[in-house]
Amino acid sequence: MSFPVECKYTKNHEYLKPLGDGTAVIGITHYAQEALGDVVFVQLPEVGASFETGEEFGTVESVKTVSECYLPTAGEVVAINEELEAHPEYVNEDAYGKGWMFKIKLTGDINAELLDAAAYQAFVESESH
Amino acid sequence: MSDLKKTPLNAVHRALGAKMVDFGGWDMPVQYPTGIINEHHVVRTKVGLFDVSHMGEIRVKGPQAMAFLNWLTPNNVVTLKVNQIHYTGLLMENGAFVDDLLLHKISDEEFLLVVNASNVDKDFAWIQQHAAKWDVVVTNESDATGQVALQGPKSLEVLQPLMDINLADIKYYWFAFGNFKGMPVMIARTGYTGEDGFEVYCPADKTEWVWNELMESGKAHELAPTGLGCRNTLRLEAKMALYGHEIDDQITALEADLGWIVKLQKGEFLGSATLQGQKDNGVKRLLVGFRMAEKRDIARDGFPVVLNGEKVGHVTSAAPSPTCGYNLGLALVPVELSAIGTKISIEIRGKACEAEVVPTPFYKRAK
Repeated sequence: MSFPVECKYTKNHEYLKPLGDGTAVIGITHYAQEALGDVVFVQLPEVGASFETGEEFGTVESVKTVSECYLPTAGEVVAINEELEAHPEYVNEDAYGKGWMFKIKLTGDINAELLDAAAYQAFVESESH
Repeated sequence: MSDLKKTPLNAVHRALGAKMVDFGGWDMPVQYPTGIINEHHVVRTKVGLFDVSHMGEIRVKGPQAMAFLNWLTPNNVVTLKVNQIHYTGLLMENGAFVDDLLLHKISDEEFLLVVNASNVDKDFAWIQQHAAKWDVVVTNESDATGQVALQGPKSLEVLQPLMDINLADIKYYWFAFGNFKGMPVMIARTGYTGEDGFEVYCPADKTEWVWNELMESGKAHELAPTGLGCRNTLRLEAKMALYGHEIDDQITALEADLGWIVKLQKGEFLGSATLQGQKDNGVKRLLVGFRMAEKRDIARDGFPVVLNGEKVGHVTSAAPSPTCGYNLGLALVPVELSAIGTKISIEIRGKACEAEVVPTPFYKRAK
């Protein structure tokens, strides 16, 4: 499994994709969706809500389990993926594309402790054993 | 991981790309790449194939087999007919469960008990211990027996070409002996999904061959291998109990809403005194079905049922329901809250969420 190089990752399997204009897209990784199984509901934050780095912003529910999600870097929610209400399976089908969860306006610099694609890949591989 | 027990189909599941999990000490497929929701729909609309070889088979034989089992279990073994099957339990004096099981009557002197994988050794010891005073022989055939379950509307079409007996003659909850491409097998028209289906019992070392033949025969009917994940959502919609959840060593048959297997009028049986008392005085708690009010609220196994901030019961099993399209579950609640239509609160991660007691089963197949 390889991960998009333009993203940064957390050890809780969230990703952050900086768009270069002070905003970033947030979602959960392909590894996370595979571990969760069929996603049935995504609890998204409200537009306008602000979170600190590492703060819980919502949950992802699958048939078998629920997972809390934490914001990779501080920011304010500027848009959410409305499609996920009717199509939670987009998270399984295309975690980095149509399975995107919401967009934030960054508060300050991106959290320096996030993993790059190679480091996240190594982390995931070590988790699998 | 190397401590987990494996069925004869373990390599087959892995080759199919199954996600494997520890189920009661067994290395089992929770889903194949198709995913739980797709597998669930396949069983309801076409046909799925489950590996259930981990389940246990215990044979009770002897001149007193019928009388022994009629005393040991709550359902009526005397009125059960040859080649017929009924759902029942191994109960304790307190009316609660050692296990639930399917009892197959081969003759008045020979019965096959099919028990849960997680309880095989416990059940065998329990039966043996109680059989000591009776003229019966109890044998554990679990390791020598493989079992696969075809479940779904197309089950008969898939199995019939491989069998030398007419499957339409086997009614639901009856079994027969026949030949599967020349090999003797037992075919039971039972299942844990609420759909029509057949459970095929064969020698353990023939299980992989049986599975492959069914997969081949199933191609024309869009058969898919199906795992334990959808097995759970299917049985939950059909309101079938899972040991350790709806029934255990503290929940009685009447509290678990299984009064229909408790035949108090047949005479004394192990647990009958407690159950008669519960019937006369009424149960204090009861298993009910519930439906969550909000789509965002998904109850999970073990979550508390709360009333005025206090825990008064708990969820025994719950999940989003693929067929029904809402979040549902079963819960043990005080009998005062058990009437259909009662609004109850289930605490989900610290928040009291509204649910309603609804009739069960949540799903019933068209006849």
